[in-house]
Amino acid sequence: MTRHIRHAGFFCALLLVALLVNAARVQVVQAPAYDRNPANRRPDITRYEQPRGDILVGGRPVTGSKDTREHLRYERTYTDGPLYAPVTGFASQLYGTTLLEHSEDGILSGSDPMLAPFPLWNDFTRSRNPGGDVVTTLDPDAQRAAYQGLAGRKGAVAALEPSTGRILALVSTPSYDPQPLSGNGAAASRAWKRLNADRDRPMLNRAVRQTYPPGSTFKVVTLAAALDAGVVKDLDAPTDSPDPYTLPGTRTRLSNASRGCADASLREAFTLSCNTVFAKLGVEVGVTDMTATAHAFGFNNGDLRIPFPAARSTFDTTVDQAQLALSSIGQYNTRATPLQMAMVAAAVANGGQVREPYLVERTVRSGGSILATAGSRAIRQAMYPSTAVRLRALMREVVEDGTGRRAAIRGARVGGKTGTAQHGRHNSSTPYAWFISWAQGDRDLAPRVAVAVVVEDAEADRGDISGGGDAAPIARAVMEAVLKKERDRLPGS
Amino acid sequence: MSKAGITVATADPPAPAVRRLPRRRGIELALIVLAVLLSVYGYCAVGLARDGTVPPGAAGYGAGLGVLALLAHLAVRLRAPHADPLLLPIGVLLNGLGLVLIYRLDLETPGDRAAPAQLVWSTLGVALFILVVLLLRDHRVLQRYTYVCVVAALVLLTLPILFPAVNGARIWIRIAGFSIQPGEFAKVLLAVFFAAYLAANRNALACTGRRIWKLQLPTGRVLGPIVAVWLVSVGVLILERDLGTSLLFFGLFVVLLYVATGRTGWIAVGLLLAALGAVAVGRLEPHVHGRIETWLHPFASIEAGEGANQLAQSLFAFAEGGLLGTGLGLGHSVFIGFAVKSDFILATAGEELGFAGLSAVFLLYGLLVERGYRAGLALREPFGRLLAVGLASLVALQVFVIAGGVTGLIPLTGMAMPFLAQGGSSVVTNWAIVALLVRVSDSARRQYDGPGTP
Repeated sequence: MTRHIRHAGFFCALLLVALLVNAARVQVVQAPAYDRNPANRRPDITRYEQPRGDILVGGRPVTGSKDTREHLRYERTYTDGPLYAPVTGFASQLYGTTLLEHSEDGILSGSDPMLAPFPLWNDFTRSRNPGGDVVTTLDPDAQRAAYQGLAGRKGAVAALEPSTGRILALVSTPSYDPQPLSGNGAAASRAWKRLNADRDRPMLNRAVRQTYPPGSTFKVVTLAAALDAGVVKDLDAPTDSPDPYTLPGTRTRLSNASRGCADASLREAFTLSCNTVFAKLGVEVGVTDMTATAHAFGFNNGDLRIPFPAARSTFDTTVDQAQLALSSIGQYNTRATPLQMAMVAAAVANGGQVREPYLVERTVRSGGSILATAGSRAIRQAMYPSTAVRLRALMREVVEDGTGRRAAIRGARVGGKTGTAQHGRHNSSTPYAWFISWAQGDRDLAPRVAVAVVVEDAEADRGDISGGGDAAPIARAVMEAVLKKERDRLPGS
Repeated sequence: MSKAGITVATADPPAPAVRRLPRRRGIELALIVLAVLLSVYGYCAVGLARDGTVPPGAAGYGAGLGVLALLAHLAVRLRAPHADPLLLPIGVLLNGLGLVLIYRLDLETPGDRAAPAQLVWSTLGVALFILVVLLLRDHRVLQRYTYVCVVAALVLLTLPILFPAVNGARIWIRIAGFSIQPGEFAKVLLAVFFAAYLAANRNALACTGRRIWKLQLPTGRVLGPIVAVWLVSVGVLILERDLGTSLLFFGLFVVLLYVATGRTGWIAVGLLLAALGAVAVGRLEPHVHGRIETWLHPFASIEAGEGANQLAQSLFAFAEGGLLGTGLGLGHSVFIGFAVKSDFILATAGEELGFAGLSAVFLLYGLLVERGYRAGLALREPFGRLLAVGLASLVALQVFVIAGGVTGLIPLTGMAMPFLAQGGSSVVTNWAIVALLVRVSDSARRQYDGPGTP
């Protein structure tokens, strides 16, 4: 019997070993897979257990966290939701995160290992760091000026500091308040449904995620390519341009909104915004040089992160002559985000150098110590400095006595370019009104701000007058806001 | 026999050859104090983790548990001074840990407080422990009640059929607001019956009957009760949909049969019958079939878009625990929902104490079982041996069935984790088991203590 008791005891020991081995399998080997299972709510609970870090604009947080005492404890709040929605995005317990809330989520939620006081500290203690803050480059006054200037019309504004690439304003209207999406209740899903069903698409970030035909504002690129390629030597020499211009290889005749474009000099043509002259100029530059310059400005680059991805602005490189002619005046397949056109204006203002735009000045731990600062960014020379000087002069003329007079600011040098982009079938839709510009206070060493404004449903008739009429005052308000504040500062300091 | 024994004893001088075992009651007391302190520490840890303060009832809880444990210790000191010193402290520690876990889960379910009732049941359990230790002077007395035991067990087992099913299983009876699980009490009675019956008939089972090929089958007269018990356990399975209990009975029966007769053929027959029963029920009974499907594919309901089922939530809880656990009071095992304080209590232990804590709990059970087996090995008369092995195996099988179930090792069957789980009947029964083991181990070790006591 003793032997059999020992056997039975051995069997019980076997059961114990089986339990221990299986427990190790579940708790150690399989644990990471179980943690990742979408039905496991623990990662969400940990995530929302602590207040989320804040996004700061002008030194003040524009976000907050609300303690709901529910399972998913902290919910995101926004102090100026619609104003900053194109920057912050939303942080929803149901629908995830977007824009800065998404690309800086590791810092904000505290999961980024960089936040740990020592390497592997968190893995060891199973603790989570308090969320860090994200300090943006935005200028609250410029942002507000842009938002109020658009006044709820469909459109977008992007403003940059040309010498650094800091994004000073990023506005898209109609906007939305991200706060109702923060929670996980029925109210959040109702808000989600309503925003998605809205025909004005308020959650679309028009400043960086939507491309528009840039229209006449693209003539800055065309002219830069022509000057760099040496196609044009003298801006005041008459160009041998007919009005109307028959697109090469077709019978389509291109005409102008303004008079006096036949054989106009490039200076006149730029100020009057003659389509015929620039279409012909583009064809003379040729697709290779046009493409090179467009690429240098940032067209066809799908990898731009500010830090959330910007939509790819396009300049079609497989075109015939007629298509090239249209492309050169910002039509056909030429499309740009407002941010891209702000980069064009900034390149002109910054001596031909394109600075990659960025939105995050620095990230800080909750204690205030700096985690990371915006490092040096890639610089591209989009045109010769001499070309930039000539373009700056031309753009100033547009504001001083051309189509962009409404952008003029007392006590500052302002350069600009209007644009009206036709779109829709047979160009029948209401055109987009564009204005791109830069401004330099009289006491400034260099231009401080470059702006691009697009208004989708401009009310005026076709013609550059709408770009100057609708978009230019908004650009002026933004530039004034920036100049007023920074008058006593050196650029980039 | 006894006469001869006495003559032998008087003929020899007081034998120096006989080993004197230390009684080790002091060690038992020290371990009990440690167990109580550990439980109070756990109780405080929950409060500190949740609110940052020691819960107000900590002193009272510690005092209550301490007094209960001390009374039990005094009873052992008085009437079973040779008993194994580990049995009682293990019971106290597991019971204390169970109370901590239930108290901790009560914080998540403010509408359903189970800890106070569990404390009352624990008191009853310890009271029963003391009663058994004080009143049952010799375990062999139980042999006289073999058939009373089996009749009582069968009555208790069949009683719940008269009551409505709760969550798919008819294993509860409700009297005056209390839910009682009579099957729990039946376990001990059946263990006593099996031990007594097999001790009396082991020779007939082992040596008589027809021989077919290599299997030695017993005669029908001896086999009859065994087949009857098999039928009853399958009956329980079908009528009460209680897979766990029938599995437990079966395992217990097969183990005891093997220990009593030493015939592997018995195990073959037992396993064959069990397999037949399990396959038939698994095919025919949708409730059981569903359990098997869930065991094979714990995440199927997630993929079907119906959310995580209990087993999946349990696995998530264990996984969250990892190596060291989240810490008491900081897990989310409450997602398991129904039965989180009873059948799934181990998930809370696994999540908040980690693999380390869970292993410690398993090893505590392992130690308890080992002490039971050791008592069985030390004894010389077959009933005591079979009783000790039976009770210890009961604990081992029950722990395996439910712990294996909630960790996905075997199909889940509803059953209470001994001492840890919420459930009055279970706690009381387990204290009775520990009391019987204390009694048996006392007999086992007393025989070495002085000359002349066989």
